[in-house]
Amino acid sequence: MKKLINDIESVVPDALRGLAAAHPELRVDEESRIVLRAAGPRPGKVGLVSGGGSGHEPLHTGFVGYGMLDAACPGEVFTSPVPHQMIEATTAVNGGAGVLHIVKNYTGDVLNFQMTAELSAEENIEVAAVLVDDDVAVHNSIHTAGRRGTGATVFVEKIAGALAEAGAPLREVLRVAEEVNARSRSFGIGLSSCTTPAVGKPTFDLGDAEIELGIGIHGEPGRTRAAMRPARDLARIAMDALHDDLPISGDTLVMVNGMGGTPLIELYIVFAEVVDYLAEKGARAARSLVGNYTTSLDMQGFSITTCRLDDRLTRLWDAPVETPALRWGRLT
Amino acid sequence: MNAAFFASWIEEIIRTVHVERDRLTRLDAAVGDADHGANLDRGFAAVAPVLAAKQPDTTGALLKQVGDTLIRNVGGASGPLYGMAFREMGKVLGDTPDVSVAELCTALRAGLAGIQKLGAAVEGDKTLVDALIPAIRALEQAVRDGVKQQEAIAAAAAAALAGAEATIPMLARKGRASYLGPRSVGHEDPGAASTALIFAALNTVATR
Repeated sequence: MKKLINDIESVVPDALRGLAAAHPELRVDEESRIVLRAAGPRPGKVGLVSGGGSGHEPLHTGFVGYGMLDAACPGEVFTSPVPHQMIEATTAVNGGAGVLHIVKNYTGDVLNFQMTAELSAEENIEVAAVLVDDDVAVHNSIHTAGRRGTGATVFVEKIAGALAEAGAPLREVLRVAEEVNARSRSFGIGLSSCTTPAVGKPTFDLGDAEIELGIGIHGEPGRTRAAMRPARDLARIAMDALHDDLPISGDTLVMVNGMGGTPLIELYIVFAEVVDYLAEKGARAARSLVGNYTTSLDMQGFSITTCRLDDRLTRLWDAPVETPALRWGRLT
Repeated sequence: MNAAFFASWIEEIIRTVHVERDRLTRLDAAVGDADHGANLDRGFAAVAPVLAAKQPDTTGALLKQVGDTLIRNVGGASGPLYGMAFREMGKVLGDTPDVSVAELCTALRAGLAGIQKLGAAVEGDKTLVDALIPAIRALEQAVRDGVKQQEAIAAAAAAALAGAEATIPMLARKGRASYLGPRSVGHEDPGAASTALIFAALNTVATR
């Protein structure tokens, strides 16, 4: 393993120190391990808190800022944060209008947020939670822990963040978050394993001509192993999986997300195929993101997330955002 | 079994988890995200200074302290699950000065209930519950048979180990491994393996 780290034990805090130094509009509470807007909570605004294992950067710490999250709780690499972090974050961002927790459907995240919600109630903070579960690679939720939350988390954080910024009450922010999740689907393909610093070698072995179909975001193997093939075919496998689950039509928000180890040139090749696919279905990529947004450390591969837009969701997507990883629209 | 006995148990868990850290992580790499050993080691390592700073004088306070420290430091699913289990056990045992095997059974049942309240896993889902339930059953059977404490605990440790091994052919239905579907078959569940270690540590202390 060759990685730019100082010490396996200090990977997350060392990265957070760098993040804070690069983005003075953020404040990092090193003691509680939370990332906050430096400006603090705005009275009457719903606070948005998300969190999850580290290693998915820029998710979630890179999405803290105006128009998106108020705080993020980064756990250890691929490990959910602990309730202590989440309670500190919830308390810190509470502007009196309640707090929305954005939770990816992974057992650890769900359990820790659930404990946090119980403890927050004791602090008299109104907390609501949206569970993101967009991954269509998980077929039968009766026999699994349910669909994983992956790329749609970015959409939920952006759109709910815009509505919260506009001053909507907690129940409305929750409703739009749930709506974005309901309209979103994701599918991921891995071309390599990733290497977590603590383990020091790839989580699984994958031959040069092999790929993993239906991966999540933790470097875990996917549902099936298959033969490598051109980007056109891989894009089609992913899009077919999305379309089979929720037919694609009309204006669509599309994210072609890199898993951390794939260059942009390849992601754009995939995106070109996605655009063609959408055209075949009479749809179009009305808004798009191409890049690394929900990564798995240094894994090669990509995921595609789609969300069917309407006028209101498009307006909320277009609303200004100022975070380290997503920024547009607020001209000064 | 007094508070000092339970403190020795915890010390033995801290030691064993550290020694077995890489094996647990390897098991997790096969079906999950390769961090179970590292997470548990971090959590239990954090328990040592907490107990050293202020050794609780009752079994209840000790186990509650262990549970809180795990919840605070582990993260993932194993933090809340094990943390909750130790907390619930602590609540049941309270200031009982000398815990009998029967009372230990009651406490473990409460710990199991805490785990199932959070994770909703049942036997056969390929989780730590598949090691925990057989261990409790063996302990309860030993109480009914009236065997000595040391023998009862040895039976529980053996049952936990057998339970963990029995997860190998299972299809995972909970947690990260469930996403692998049929590919989860053929691998021991890391949570069941760590539960077996916790009972092995109990056995080590009981035979001293």
